Amino acid sequence: MRLRQAWRTPAPRLAALFALAAALALGGCATAPAGGAAPTPASKLDPWENFNRKISTFNEALDDAILKPVATAYRDVVPELVRDGIENVLGNIYDVRSVLNHFLQGKLQSGLEMGMRVLTNTLFGLGGLLDPATEMGLTRRSEDFGQTLGRWGVPDGPYMVVPIFGPSTVRDTFGLILDRETSPAAIPQTDTGRYATFGVEAISLRARILDTTQLLEDVSLDKYTFIRDGYLSRRRDALYDGAPPLEDFGDDWEDEPEAPAAPAAPAAPAAPASAPAPTPK
Amino acid sequence: MLKKLLSASSLLLALASTVPAQANTAPDALVRQISVEVIDVARADKAIQAGDTARVLALVESKVMPHVNFEVVTRSAVGPQWRSATPEQRSKLQAEFKTLLVRAYSGALSQVKDQTVEVLKTLPVPGSTQMVVQTEVRGSGEPIKLDYRLDKQSEAWKIIDVNVGGLWLVQNYRSQFATEISKGGIDGLIQTLVERNKSPTKS
Repeated sequence: MRLRQAWRTPAPRLAALFALAAALALGGCATAPAGGAAPTPASKLDPWENFNRKISTFNEALDDAILKPVATAYRDVVPELVRDGIENVLGNIYDVRSVLNHFLQGKLQSGLEMGMRVLTNTLFGLGGLLDPATEMGLTRRSEDFGQTLGRWGVPDGPYMVVPIFGPSTVRDTFGLILDRETSPAAIPQTDTGRYATFGVEAISLRARILDTTQLLEDVSLDKYTFIRDGYLSRRRDALYDGAPPLEDFGDDWEDEPEAPAAPAAPAAPAAPASAPAPTPK
Repeated sequence: MLKKLLSASSLLLALASTVPAQANTAPDALVRQISVEVIDVARADKAIQAGDTARVLALVESKVMPHVNFEVVTRSAVGPQWRSATPEQRSKLQAEFKTLLVRAYSGALSQVKDQTVEVLKTLPVPGSTQMVVQTEVRGSGEPIKLDYRLDKQSEAWKIIDVNVGGLWLVQNYRSQFATEISKGGIDGLIQTLVERNKSPTKS
């Protein structure tokens, strides 16, 4: 009950911060040089690449200086049981947002299931500290406002990197503002409480993905591009609930058959000169 | 009751892992076989859990690699420039990209803790002979999508890309490859890959 009331309590300061962040990033497009000079063939998806790279560098510096060390210490010092509990409590609150977004997208069945999940974990999981719902088969299926906007037909718009929050698109940044309004950090009544909760959210998330981000460092040729392309295809995947329509992957670059060697060369002719640039995903 | 179920399922698992990789294995059966073998070993192996990268590499080498067609994988990531690459450049590209991908896949695998793999649907890719086998890694958190794209080559299904959590791993290298090629040609790309593979893993 208290939770639900809290949803309606706006977090003006935080919201203002995010709006500012968005405005900063958006404003950047005006000053960034026109796409022509962009070094990658994916410049259509990322017309603000130069500016985005700057924000990325800023975010990474911030991460290296503060978030990563704190999250690493948190992982090393705080017992796993406690970390899991914190993650569960936060996750239970995120799940409320997912319920809302399932319904907003007209997915009644999964909305009800996620609703059952929240009820189960709140009532039988000590207010969300434990996650008995997963064991009962009520699997978490997250949905956010960016996905809902996408379902409603709002196009992604250009890729953008949001200060502090990282990879996004114009649409997802609008979604992000709504997401923050329904986040754990929107619940406390005081600014101090909101910032503290936001800190806990950030540290908990960062600690969970420490290994993943290290892996990214290890296997990418250009981290910015790897993350951008990965983000865009993951978002497209999420928009289709994990099953985007399959299309020709355009990976047939076999040598053109010079002599009529094989009877009806298999796939080569079937591959049209599809653009070598990655399809927008 | 539970005990019976458990022993029945472990018997099934044992059976599944002893079935030899036959040439005519259906794509979903092949993916199921690989998942069972790899995830089960990774889950039970204390050294892998502790982050022994050499062990993970060995596991991937022996269980997964025989079912991957690295020529198609590399060609797909390189794109149209593949046609202008010499045989020597091609084999170098292939070797270096393989090292990188094995590292990526192994890194993802060593994060497997208490998960199980569920094979979902098998879908044809329009306009090709390829199939996508969808699977889901289920554990304590939100399920992670793990799809495999396969193509039939000389009577055997071979993996040509893996989708982890919504991104096709090989495809995700395309624009990075394109950038490297536009900067320094095929040789420039090879050089970048060599350097990338030489850099020590900090994880």
